[in-house]
Amino acid sequence: MKNIDIKVLEEKFQKKIDQDIKIEPNDWMPDDYRITLIRQISQHAHSEVVGMLPEGNWITRAPNLRRKAVLLAKVQDEAGHGLYLYCAAETLGADREETIDDLHSGKAKYSSIFNYPTLTWADMGAIGWLVDGAAIMNQVPLCRCSYGPYARAMVRVCKEESFHQRQGFEIMTKLSNGSQEQKDMAQDALNRFWWPALMMFGPNDAESKHTAQSMNWKIKRHTNDELRQQFVDVTVPQAEILGLTIPDKDLKWNEKKKGYDFGKINWDEFWQVVGGNGPCNKERVDARRKAKEDGKWVIEAAMAFANKRSAKKSA
Amino acid sequence: MNLEQALYKYVLRLGDDSLILGQRLAELCGHGPILEEDIALTNISLDLIGQATLFLEYAGALGGENKTNDDLAFLRLEKEYVNVLLVEQPNGHFGDTIMRQFLFDAFRKPLLEKLQNSSDEKLASIAEKALKETKYHLKHSSEWVIRLGDGTEESHAKIQESLNTLYRYTHELFYTDEVDLMLNKNNIIPNLESIKSQWENTIKEVLEMANLSLPDNNWKFEGGRQGRHSEHMGYLLADLQYMQRTYPNMEW
Repeated sequence: MKNIDIKVLEEKFQKKIDQDIKIEPNDWMPDDYRITLIRQISQHAHSEVVGMLPEGNWITRAPNLRRKAVLLAKVQDEAGHGLYLYCAAETLGADREETIDDLHSGKAKYSSIFNYPTLTWADMGAIGWLVDGAAIMNQVPLCRCSYGPYARAMVRVCKEESFHQRQGFEIMTKLSNGSQEQKDMAQDALNRFWWPALMMFGPNDAESKHTAQSMNWKIKRHTNDELRQQFVDVTVPQAEILGLTIPDKDLKWNEKKKGYDFGKINWDEFWQVVGGNGPCNKERVDARRKAKEDGKWVIEAAMAFANKRSAKKSA
Repeated sequence: MNLEQALYKYVLRLGDDSLILGQRLAELCGHGPILEEDIALTNISLDLIGQATLFLEYAGALGGENKTNDDLAFLRLEKEYVNVLLVEQPNGHFGDTIMRQFLFDAFRKPLLEKLQNSSDEKLASIAEKALKETKYHLKHSSEWVIRLGDGTEESHAKIQESLNTLYRYTHELFYTDEVDLMLNKNNIIPNLESIKSQWENTIKEVLEMANLSLPDNNWKFEGGRQGRHSEHMGYLLADLQYMQRTYPNMEW
């Protein structure tokens, strides 16, 4: 294709974006737009699937039947989200198994929050409340993302995430109204998950290499720092309702900006965890790799069976 | 033993079978061979935990000691659980999990079909709800038994081995004692002999399609219904009861 043609197509594409017309799988799109989306959607899918593990860690130990059922349903939802998202990535020409192999080889990333361990039952509350809460902040704007299949998947995902966030807050409410041991457990979970939750929004805007282009393409609608600020402003009053203390001595209301000022994030820790050195990176990826390796003979059997059946049919 | 005591004991068996199998499947959440199967197995686990919740709630009401379903699920001694040995067997590989499920579903479906006509209304209504789910479970497990049995050489060998190991536990599904006799006489539960022929037909039909054969050694294991479990049970309960034992008398 001539350069001039590409230029025309690019202009047409950007015009659609500017007019808020959704881009659909068969529409022309710049290679970089496709690559950016495949990267983002498959990372998102991996995050959902790896995110099943820290909570899956507590299903067999859930304290009562209702909590066990709710947690099972929640983790099952995450698997469902993973599935829609892999399908959304496939509409861009990505191969599901190849993207999964990239996760297993360490090439593809996933949300670094899932590299932290779940040590007590209160962590199920903190994850629902904070991690799903942060995910909602990130994902609600994605419902208006310029790529149609991703935006539509996000509408459904967000509905379920808001249920997840409520169940997490409900666990925390129960604990913070419970015995001293339960209150301590809730505070300890908040202490461990607060900073990693703030890191979920990604590096500061000045350090974020993809933000400007993604905003121009309307893949992203707000910057990392805007979303982080919004999360802090919404969550601090919730902690107050719970009677828990946010582990940040620099946290204080700023009347002028009508928002909270908060302490400096430990970005060294963030980059270490992203780079593979978090407390559970190895366990998480090993668990996913093992599931795939253990399942290999099952897939082969299903394929062989399907081939035999279709051969019988056509015979 | 009066009729209510017999019914209590019986409903506890139904509840424990659901609870323990649901707990076993819950271990797999996040570790399934493919995402679609992860979702399916978690869904079955969720159904079974839901069934356990209803059965044990009813058992609590019948038991006369003001016990809740959570008390019964989390605070009994190992010897007080009366599930069959089959459901407490470890997940093993996917073929083991599927074969365990199939052998159980093939029993549970005809049982629930009969129980939905029980003269005990409460039991009938729980059975009716559980049956809808169990039909799907049996369809799912049968299809996988056939797929693995008639898939590759490796999958065939694996699932045949699963059958060889697990078949010895199926005899106990039809365990009958004075509880069953009394309830059957009062039209509360069916005669298990009638269930057995249906179970055998399902097994025969599916194994035939899967090119699998029943093991020669027909040695019969039992004990679960009387509270004598396998070595696996203690570890399963250690997980299940962890929170309630560590933090007694708290609301969650």
